[in-house]
Amino acid sequence: MMKRDECFRILARHIKDEAVVATYSSAVDWVGVAPRELNYLSIGAMGLDSSHGLGLALGRPDKRVVVLQGDGSLLMNLGCLVTIGAIAPKNLVHFVAHNETYEANGGHPIPNRQVDFAGMAKSAGYAATYDFSDLRMFEQQIGHVLEQQGPVFATLHVEPTKPLQYDYPSLYDPKKREAFKKVWQA
Amino acid sequence: MDLPAKPAEAGPRKLEGSGIIAAIKASGIKFILSVPDITTSSGLLAPIAKDKDFELIRVCKEDECIGIGTGLAYSGKRSLTLIQHTGFLDSINAIRGVAVEYKQPICMMIGLLQHEPDRTPRESSRYGVRIVEPILEDMGIEHHLISLDADIQKIKPAIDRAYAESHPVVFLVGRSPL
Repeated sequence: MMKRDECFRILARHIKDEAVVATYSSAVDWVGVAPRELNYLSIGAMGLDSSHGLGLALGRPDKRVVVLQGDGSLLMNLGCLVTIGAIAPKNLVHFVAHNETYEANGGHPIPNRQVDFAGMAKSAGYAATYDFSDLRMFEQQIGHVLEQQGPVFATLHVEPTKPLQYDYPSLYDPKKREAFKKVWQA
Repeated sequence: MDLPAKPAEAGPRKLEGSGIIAAIKASGIKFILSVPDITTSSGLLAPIAKDKDFELIRVCKEDECIGIGTGLAYSGKRSLTLIQHTGFLDSINAIRGVAVEYKQPICMMIGLLQHEPDRTPRESSRYGVRIVEPILEDMGIEHHLISLDADIQKIKPAIDRAYAESHPVVFLVGRSPL
């Protein structure tokens, strides 16, 4: 088991001009290690992070998009794996932080903690899939994962964390959305 | 906003899919995001699927369209979500959160399943159809009934306005386009 913020700290060292889509606990941890204009945090409805990411990837095929989704969130939109697998955007890298809980909603377990997201993504047509539970292995391979032709999927097996502080007004600040749009369209 | 929506009275009582498709193209729409709907299946979705001017994104569930359309809008690309009213009802939270509260230009063309085309949606014998317009009005979403050829002229100005002012718009398709 890894810690989500440690994974993100390693990931942040490899991020350049990619759009990073994140929500809820993943967004809090990501913004904590990598505050930047190209963070896309205003998802609006749980589960749609991956769909926003697909839209960004289709809209800017010349740029890369990284999605940081939670397991509970992906479970609310499992069909997105099939949609993304079929459309097959080469510029999309999709991570799911698998902590086996609805962390932002009281830490209750997801319906099946052993669900194999990477296996599902592979069956759905993702070009490459990964399963990480060892931080050293993740650190060794993350550069390769990000350079792969997409769509790429990686499960990060992480521990549930202590309750986070969710500053939603700041995360979903309309000024941040406008700043993102300006930079993303440049 | 049509309040309440009534089918246009002038002209023959038919709806040409080719006219709707021409209006969609004239609106600068490249991406069509869709789950199949029987009302619009043969008159819109089938010809759109064959049309090289469009990029058709077939999704598994209608609320995916709201996220994809928003990501496209942030990238400066226009899209149209083509779904059934049942899928609209299933996607209410996504539309609430993304299109309405975040003021995103999500353009939706919604087939009214089993609607009697010469009635207004509010007069439909189908409960699911009757509630669509009141829900849109409660959510403050601009909407237009597309039931006759004369209604097609509403499409381009409404889409242009949605993108210019960054708000959602809905077109309710009240009869199967030919």
